[in-house]
Amino acid sequence: MDFLNPRIPLGDWAESFLDWFQDAFAWLLSFVSLVLGGLYNSLESALSAPVYLVMIVILAAIAWFAAGWKLALFTVLGFYLIRALDQWGNSMQTLALVIVAVLFALLISIPLGILAAKSQIVSTVVKPVLDFMQSMPALAYLVPIIVIFGIGPVPGAIATLIFALPPGVRLTELAIRQVDREVVEAGQAFGASPGHILGRIQVPLAMPTIMAGVNQVIMLALSMVVLAGMAGAQGLGGAVTGSISSLNVSLGIESGLAVVIIAVYLDRVTAAFGSRSNLTPAKTA
Amino acid sequence: MAVVRASHVYKIFGRQGKEVVEQLNLGRSRDELRRLGTAAVIDASFEVEKGETFVVMGLSGSGKSTLIRMINGLWTPTAGSIEINGQDISRMDAKQLRRLRADNISMVFQHFALLPHRTVRENAAYALEIKKVPKADRLERADHWLDVVGLGGWGDKLPGQLSGGMQQRVGLARALVAETDVLLMDEAFSALDPLIRREMQDQLVELQANLNKTVIFITHDLNEAMYLGDRIAVMRDGRIIQIGTAEEILTDPADDYIANFVQDVDRARVLTASSIMRTPDAVITDTAGPRVAIKTMEEARSSALLVTDRSRTLLGMVTDRAVVSAAREGVRDLRSLIETSGVLTVGADTPLSELFAPSSASRVPLAVVDETNKLLGVVPRIALLNSMASVGPSTGEMPAVGTLDATPADADFSATPQPTVRGSSVGAEAADEKGA
Repeated sequence: MDFLNPRIPLGDWAESFLDWFQDAFAWLLSFVSLVLGGLYNSLESALSAPVYLVMIVILAAIAWFAAGWKLALFTVLGFYLIRALDQWGNSMQTLALVIVAVLFALLISIPLGILAAKSQIVSTVVKPVLDFMQSMPALAYLVPIIVIFGIGPVPGAIATLIFALPPGVRLTELAIRQVDREVVEAGQAFGASPGHILGRIQVPLAMPTIMAGVNQVIMLALSMVVLAGMAGAQGLGGAVTGSISSLNVSLGIESGLAVVIIAVYLDRVTAAFGSRSNLTPAKTA
Repeated sequence: MAVVRASHVYKIFGRQGKEVVEQLNLGRSRDELRRLGTAAVIDASFEVEKGETFVVMGLSGSGKSTLIRMINGLWTPTAGSIEINGQDISRMDAKQLRRLRADNISMVFQHFALLPHRTVRENAAYALEIKKVPKADRLERADHWLDVVGLGGWGDKLPGQLSGGMQQRVGLARALVAETDVLLMDEAFSALDPLIRREMQDQLVELQANLNKTVIFITHDLNEAMYLGDRIAVMRDGRIIQIGTAEEILTDPADDYIANFVQDVDRARVLTASSIMRTPDAVITDTAGPRVAIKTMEEARSSALLVTDRSRTLLGMVTDRAVVSAAREGVRDLRSLIETSGVLTVGADTPLSELFAPSSASRVPLAVVDETNKLLGVVPRIALLNSMASVGPSTGEMPAVGTLDATPADADFSATPQPTVRGSSVGAEAADEKGA
């Protein structure tokens, strides 16, 4: 290699690594594909099955329970508008994709965040990985994912969960570390086991911040789900990316508006759940 | 046997802890070794007996919090051993330590450390929850102790709805519910405002009289240390520089640092009658005659004498007038002359602050007696004033009043005002009030 005109064939290496990975872990990849795909399909059909009015009532009921009648009213109007814009089917597909991606993102990020809070080593290792995941352009890792999983909702879900994961880990770690040291010490001083301290003291006290993380994960997932349309995921993402390639202004605006409505709905509902916990911070003096 | 015994305990924060301990033993100073590690506790040795209140006093950074956290194993000593009931806790594994904490040691925290998402009752029952006591049982026991600390009826509130003082009562109840023999209190009252703090101190003293726990109390407040502590360990820069009773530290400080420190102590609250009482000169036994009494009065330069029986049980007093007229009338015995009004007695452990009122009402120096009314000593008014005026020995000179102390003027001074008091109706009234 010419030292003055360097060219490191990193891309080639990555590609051959990818090939090897695909061969070596074929069983794992097909398992992941099966689980995510199966979950997405059943969720999508569950969400699309009822008449749209029934679905609106269900969503509004959740909103009412979480945050009161104002959000419920918004839900009714918003989702009725989605239906009126003829984006109902796309929206339910997108909602299903977001739910699947968020579910797995949380299953990974919350335990990882707790681990990072407990162990300085895990924390130091995880931090640069998260930085990498967040700063790498999402489209760049969409390509290898498509190579591995093909086209469809599964690569969309995986790309979404990778993109949405970091704030979940970061905020969980922060939340656990933030718990008053003296309260943790009190648990220890009365002979509580580490499991008891985690489950009964740290996690409950960290809940508001963890919920803020969950909220962030959901919002990021929703923004990524649009890009997932490029991976062949259906839904609003497919509609938006489709409108770009065909310069279809009306479809772009209609599907974009539907994304906004879903985003506001999910944000308000999860934020309300986060602040519902009866934690009034203890006075310290 | 000592309940808690610490011998040559070191705690160094940093990787080269053992190295730092060795260097410290070779005589290097803490600051020289800062690069290798922070020596939080250096060579601490002490024993705490059952039922004792042992106070560790020091400013922030003196290592007292680290020390108390080694007693229940939250920190492991770098060197040295800590024994609880004869068991060395540094040899225990995590499980044994947890059992020790659940069964033997409980702790009260500076900022209360209550669980904000649980009710007061559930917080108080926390120790029993860890011991897996059935729910109904543990909540009942929690209610009992909440009653004891004066929080009956508050069980259903959340800690955030309580004031600081009340929250710390919950913290105290939580520690008492555990029914451990050792109670660690880490700056337990420091976050409270002064009035509440005083109230909590009194409550602790009261509780301690009934419960007889072994209490290790951490504080930076010398007044608090002196008020609560049976013995006090003063810490500075990681070392214990003096261990002693409040009076020992006040009257015989180990070095200038402590001497400076104790200058501001509220002596009235710390010193007791026994620490300032004098050997009574103006005393006579009831079998003596009036003439002996007159002679004793002359020697003691006093116009009144305390009268005791042969076993030194206090009977009352005789005055110069009564004795002189009795001698003239040829009475042989003092017994018929003994007056009891105007003689006020105090216990040996009565704090100085409670001596002023009786002292001003008493016609003779206050008599200090034990439970069976035996005369132990007297507190002349001048001694009382003198004790309030004295400052730490570090100043090197005694105040002007102190010089009176050594001269016979003392006796004159304390005796001369007495006729006026005796003659005035105010004195008599006050004495009657006291008697009633």
